[in-house]
Amino acid sequence: MEWLMWFTKFENTKPVSLVIFFVLFCGVMIYLYGSRSRGEKLENFKNIPLQDD
Amino acid sequence: MATASVATSGVNVSAVSEQYNYDVIRKFTIMTLVWGAIGMFVGVYIASELAYPFLNFDIPYITFGRLRPVHTGAVIFGFGGSALFATSYYVVQRTCQARLFSDGMASFTFWGWQAIIVCAALGNVLGYSQGREYAEMEWPIDLMIEVVWVTYLIIFVGTLMKRKQPHIYVANWFYLAFILATALLHTFNNLAVPISLFSMKSYSLFSGAQDAMTQWWYGHNAVGFFLTAAFLGMMYYFVPKQAGRPVYSYRLSVLHFWAIIFLYMWAGAHHLHWTAIPDWTSTLAATFSIMLLLPSWGGMINGILTLSGAWDKLRTDPVMRFLIVALSFYGMSTFEGPMMSLKDVNALSHYTDWTIGHVHSGALGWVAMISFGSLYHLAPRLWNTPMYSQKLINVHFWLATIGILLYIVAMWISGIMQGLMWRAFDDFGNLQYSFVESVAAAHPFYVMRALGGAFFLSGMLLMCYNMYKTIRKGSTEQQVEISPVAA
Repeated sequence: MEWLMWFTKFENTKPVSLVIFFVLFCGVMIYLYGSRSRGEKLENFKNIPLQDD
Repeated sequence: MATASVATSGVNVSAVSEQYNYDVIRKFTIMTLVWGAIGMFVGVYIASELAYPFLNFDIPYITFGRLRPVHTGAVIFGFGGSALFATSYYVVQRTCQARLFSDGMASFTFWGWQAIIVCAALGNVLGYSQGREYAEMEWPIDLMIEVVWVTYLIIFVGTLMKRKQPHIYVANWFYLAFILATALLHTFNNLAVPISLFSMKSYSLFSGAQDAMTQWWYGHNAVGFFLTAAFLGMMYYFVPKQAGRPVYSYRLSVLHFWAIIFLYMWAGAHHLHWTAIPDWTSTLAATFSIMLLLPSWGGMINGILTLSGAWDKLRTDPVMRFLIVALSFYGMSTFEGPMMSLKDVNALSHYTDWTIGHVHSGALGWVAMISFGSLYHLAPRLWNTPMYSQKLINVHFWLATIGILLYIVAMWISGIMQGLMWRAFDDFGNLQYSFVESVAAAHPFYVMRALGGAFFLSGMLLMCYNMYKTIRKGSTEQQVEISPVAA
């Protein structure tokens, strides 16, 4: 379990969390704006409130 | 009622009331108005106490220290909370095209939530407080909140699970994030050991700097999730509905959601700059606060641009005006917040009235205005009748706007003046002003703040009157329609 101690040091966990969160952010951006057809599908959902009558 | 069939605006009321549970929404809507009037009245009273201390009348129950949490509890949890229950139950049913998961549980959340607000207010007046800001309620009330909140979560998730619409509309994401985050915040902030089973008092599990950090992790995220994310959910449904056009960009709303819920959680320590907390936590909080500006303004722009191509509605529709001005205040206070989180700005602003002004530009300008707009949209649909008076809505709008401006301008001047006076030194290195001199200098602005609050309160009372007349009209019309069927 010695390897867990690696995570207790800020100089290790800060860059790791930066990489994780930056990759996640890029993933969200690619998901939202990376494909025209997916973009159109997502934009269609904005009509949901107007269809509820 | 279920047998009545009334065609209003092409909608079959009986079908709607069978499909959706509007009863609990109506109750929460009425209590939003009641708590709004009570909470804002108490706010004006304590603002007047600060300007004219004789108003304490040497009665302990109505001193500023006891009434202040009554005010914050009534407006945040009574007014804001009831508005959120009402609109979230409405939005989740409408956008999922499914009835609430359980009518009984929904009714329990209504009575439970109202009992909590009453108990909290009475407890505060009687002097019971655990001294945690926006969480003054003692442990038995905290447990009641836990039970009601988990029930709320079950109803919301249960309704989402039985939805007929395949996609979960983004407003529901915001509402769900608010419910989950509030459960988390409330639980950990209130971890405490009661001194005995029959005592209201308890000891917090945290102490010292950890206690301060826990409190402001809660306090800031109460603002972030209760007063921001949830009301953004309201915005993403009611702005498009009132405008009659879809939100400007759905993809931007998704980005807005993920960015805001990720960033808010880290920003709480900016309330503790220049105190005994580790310096890096302060810097981290300020950094995340600055980053928060981006999703906040992304969301604001997304909301305002929904009106793109229909700006004339701002001239003709007072409800739309409420919603769009709310978004403008949201933009303004989410610019001011990150600015105040900078350590150097905070060195001036902290402990001054500037903070109070900032909170109220968000609370009155954003939270209350978006709630007013949403309720004015909602009431005619709940009671199947147009609003009693459009003119009164317009008057309410202007009273509220003037009230907010008076309030925040007074607090800006007073706060910056206090900050400058407290740090002024004379030629010999001594403090130039005594504390009491800064109190005396703030007096005119305390009067101005109370006046601003009075304007806002009058608008709230007008809204109550307008709603009362609308509800009376709505019920009467429905009975007229129903009676021939019943006969």
